Amino acid sequence: MKQKMSPLSRLYIALILVFLYAPIVVMIFFSFNASVSTSVMSGFSLRWYQSLAHDTGTIKALTNTLLLAVTSSLIATVMGTAAAVGINAMKRKWVKKTTMHVTNIPMMNPEIVTGISMMLLFVFAGALIHKDDVLGFGTMLIAHITFNLPYVILSVLPKLRQMDPHLPEAAMDLGCTPLQAFFKVTLPTISTGITTGLMMSFTLSLDDFVISYFTQGPSFETLPIRIFSMTKKRVTPDMYALSTLIFVAILLLLVLLNVSQVRGERKLRNKLDKEGA
Amino acid sequence: MKKLCYLVLVAALFALAAVSASAYEHEDYYKGAQKGEVLNVFNWGEYISDTYEDGMVDVNREFEKLTGIKVNYVTFESNEDMYAKIKNGGVSYDIVVPSDYMIERMVDEDLLQSFDPNELPNYHYIDEKYKGMYYDPDDRFSVPYNVGMVGLIYNTKMVEGTPDSWTIMWDEQYAGKILMIDNPRDAMAIPQKILGYSFNDPDLKQLDDVAQMLIDQKPLLQSYVMDEVFNKMESGEAAMVPYYVGDYIIMSEVNPDLAFVYPKEGVNIFVDAMCIPRTAQNVDAAKKYINFLLDPEIALYNAWYIGYASPNTAVVENEEYADFAENQYLYPDEEHMPNVEYFHNLPQETLKRYSELWNEIKMAGGTDRHVYIGFAVTGVVIVAYLVWQYALKRRREHWYDFPKA
Repeated sequence: MKQKMSPLSRLYIALILVFLYAPIVVMIFFSFNASVSTSVMSGFSLRWYQSLAHDTGTIKALTNTLLLAVTSSLIATVMGTAAAVGINAMKRKWVKKTTMHVTNIPMMNPEIVTGISMMLLFVFAGALIHKDDVLGFGTMLIAHITFNLPYVILSVLPKLRQMDPHLPEAAMDLGCTPLQAFFKVTLPTISTGITTGLMMSFTLSLDDFVISYFTQGPSFETLPIRIFSMTKKRVTPDMYALSTLIFVAILLLLVLLNVSQVRGERKLRNKLDKEGA
Repeated sequence: MKKLCYLVLVAALFALAAVSASAYEHEDYYKGAQKGEVLNVFNWGEYISDTYEDGMVDVNREFEKLTGIKVNYVTFESNEDMYAKIKNGGVSYDIVVPSDYMIERMVDEDLLQSFDPNELPNYHYIDEKYKGMYYDPDDRFSVPYNVGMVGLIYNTKMVEGTPDSWTIMWDEQYAGKILMIDNPRDAMAIPQKILGYSFNDPDLKQLDDVAQMLIDQKPLLQSYVMDEVFNKMESGEAAMVPYYVGDYIIMSEVNPDLAFVYPKEGVNIFVDAMCIPRTAQNVDAAKKYINFLLDPEIALYNAWYIGYASPNTAVVENEEYADFAENQYLYPDEEHMPNVEYFHNLPQETLKRYSELWNEIKMAGGTDRHVYIGFAVTGVVIVAYLVWQYALKRRREHWYDFPKA
């Protein structure tokens, strides 16, 4: 029996939502500001969106960030899923436990420790092969995959544990090779875990500042670093326009995802109801 | 027939002159780049004209169009961060733009490579007073890019009279409305001037006096700021802040109540200059880039965009720049020139003391005790609750322990 929500708990939830979203609302508001300030609203105008379209440096930084996020999250998801399947299949308990602890380290480490240690590693490796400019897109990619992996593994592993282990066995009894059984049976069952892992790594990679800062090279600047470098002179308001656009895009994506999930469940329920009747 | 030929020739010459008048000077200097050449530039954020709006040009795009060399442009926000990046290695930049004292340090540590600026056709535009500077006496490592001075920006509606001394920043009348710049050398520079010290005296005892003044000032401050200063001053949230003159001009366009003054005790002047690091991989392209930034047209766009003073005589003498060139704060003449001093590089132990004192200043204040007490009380409450829950659980288990049948 579901408890009815008292007005007090409704108020509490409303307060939390306001607290979470107030900065974003203010930012969206001021992205339409006609003047350059962020504390005085002097009229509605789209000038910052136009200015953003002309700001080639920012657009390049944005495409760099997106490219890095997509590549690193895809690679991390593939590697992480494979790793989770492997960890799940481990027989000896202590090996399993140790692997899990080791996996958790990049997640628990303060980002600055990971960032500096990766930078030192790359510079050392670069010195070994006599390459002066080893830091660049490749090193950033490796660093991002490294800190994305634990999140993917942690998203996929519970789904693997929940899955009935007899299902792939049944598939193999019916004639599948183990690989086919994996792709036809296991993968669809854990697909929600994989999607969660993918989205988490995408968000983390998009947002990352500290690790990117230390492993970046001259040819690749990401958006958080670019915004930080503006803090000596002025963070231009076309950043508000950019952030608004990113927020709206992600909001639309999540709404679409939710709608398709609900639709899928409804279709499944209708189908089951029909067959049951 | 002859007359026609003459006319055609004259017309052609005019056409040629018109075309070349709108292009850049010494275009031959920029030729000769190979396909796929790349130039890596490391500069301050918001420190180059990078938009085609309002009649400006995107300098990096223009350079790419002119030479065919691709520009990778990366930014930093402070000299110290830039120094750490270059020192640690693993990156190779062809152009870097440090400030004066950082150039001195990088030359001492052999991080820059020498070149002859007189090779650059546009080098003659640099004002003589910025050649032979203390950080580069033989002009072998750097070419000046921007000049600036720090002064006091204040709101005339919120401040009585016309301040002319840094001591107004310790005036309790304005408590809660005073902003301070958020980096150690610029912040400590102000008490150093009030106490009559030099910016560059390695005497550690002086630094203790300076730090004490800043700790005394802390209760009067609204906050330490970097780029937040624009909003706070433009909206009238704060009454005064020490900041760079070029940024004052930008702020005053939004809020005309703001005024500027160079306090009588003295101010900091700085020069940012373009240098070529030792690990540069494309020195020819770097020289072309420096020459391009010295081009009168490009330097003008940069001066407009950045808002600081330009060391380029072609910019200062340009009629379109007259409003800025006559501004007494950007380009003070002899009688309005304030007492200025440059930052020099300091010995390692002095720099260490600066950052130790800066940490102490930032952490000074009365909040510590209340926060600790709050944490302690919360911790005790949580532990007590957990112990109580555990005791309850044990009691419940004991009650339901049925005797073995």
